[in-house]
Amino acid sequence: MTTTIAMVLLIAGCALVTWIPRILPFVLVKNMKMPDIVLRWLAYIPVCILSALVIEGFFHKQQSFVTIDWLNVGAFIPTLVVALITKSLSKTVVAGVVTMAVMRLLFV
Amino acid sequence: MEYTEQKPYTPDTFLQGVKDCIPTLLGYISIGVAFGVVGIASGISVFEVFLLSVLVYAGSAQFIFCGLYLAGAPLSAVIVTIFIVNLRHLLMSLTIAPYFTKYSMLRNIGFGTLLTDETFGVSVVTAGKEGRLGGKWMDGLNVTAYTTWIVACTVGGIIGQWLPDPEKWGLDYALVAMFVALLVLTLQSIPKEKIMHYLKLIAVMVVSMYGMLYFMPGHLAVLLSTIVVATIGVVTEK
Repeated sequence: MTTTIAMVLLIAGCALVTWIPRILPFVLVKNMKMPDIVLRWLAYIPVCILSALVIEGFFHKQQSFVTIDWLNVGAFIPTLVVALITKSLSKTVVAGVVTMAVMRLLFV
Repeated sequence: MEYTEQKPYTPDTFLQGVKDCIPTLLGYISIGVAFGVVGIASGISVFEVFLLSVLVYAGSAQFIFCGLYLAGAPLSAVIVTIFIVNLRHLLMSLTIAPYFTKYSMLRNIGFGTLLTDETFGVSVVTAGKEGRLGGKWMDGLNVTAYTTWIVACTVGGIIGQWLPDPEKWGLDYALVAMFVALLVLTLQSIPKEKIMHYLKLIAVMVVSMYGMLYFMPGHLAVLLSTIVVATIGVVTEK
């Protein structure tokens, strides 16, 4: 096992920035009220970041231009359908992995 | 989550907290095992999978960690992205914290440290029903969820190690598939009248990501597009 110091520090850093938002209201529990506009902005974050992460895979960066990664887009469609029908994380992951494996077998 | 029992109050015992956690455990187990497999496929070790589940203890953040690590993102980008992703915990803690004002600061830090989407869900339902939350009950709920998560992630990591050449089997796509599922589940919890607004924002996100990728690496485009599109969301909402 070769866990580097840098990796441990990275994980520790991630732990810290996950921990602070969790405990902050418990520490400052008395009358801590965030402005309404900030709360509304925060409400958009989960959907925005998740869609950005999904969409990132659609594109492939060449030297000077961005192209579409058809394999990724192709795997996305059945994955989305399974997610919409089952609403299950594990089934969606299995569907995505199987689709990608089959497509690599056929097209690559 | 099902709440069929009609007792007037939930006893403030550790054991009752454990019992109330059980309906959510299948979720922790399936996501945790999936995370372990994805982590190994992304090139991190079983020990690192274990360390992430112990120290970070947040499914989405852990998946994003793997995605960014695989993409070769600099350390600062990983940490900033995870910070932004986990800002939603601030909202959950803000909702739950007022129930625990009579407990010590140390115990309050304990409650906050182990707050997740699921334990938040269970406690907010219970608080709505009872008008109060007990500390021992909360500990039972939290500790059960935390322990299950660590074991599930680590077992997933061990399973992931048995699979040689994960890319050939499409396992690298597990991460994206997980984000697709999380996105669908998140959209599901949004009020119906707001769905069109969110779908339009996702369309804007496609354009934003495509445009930004000309000028910056993927992980930075994810972060900047999230900030821009969330801001557009606030400005354009009715």
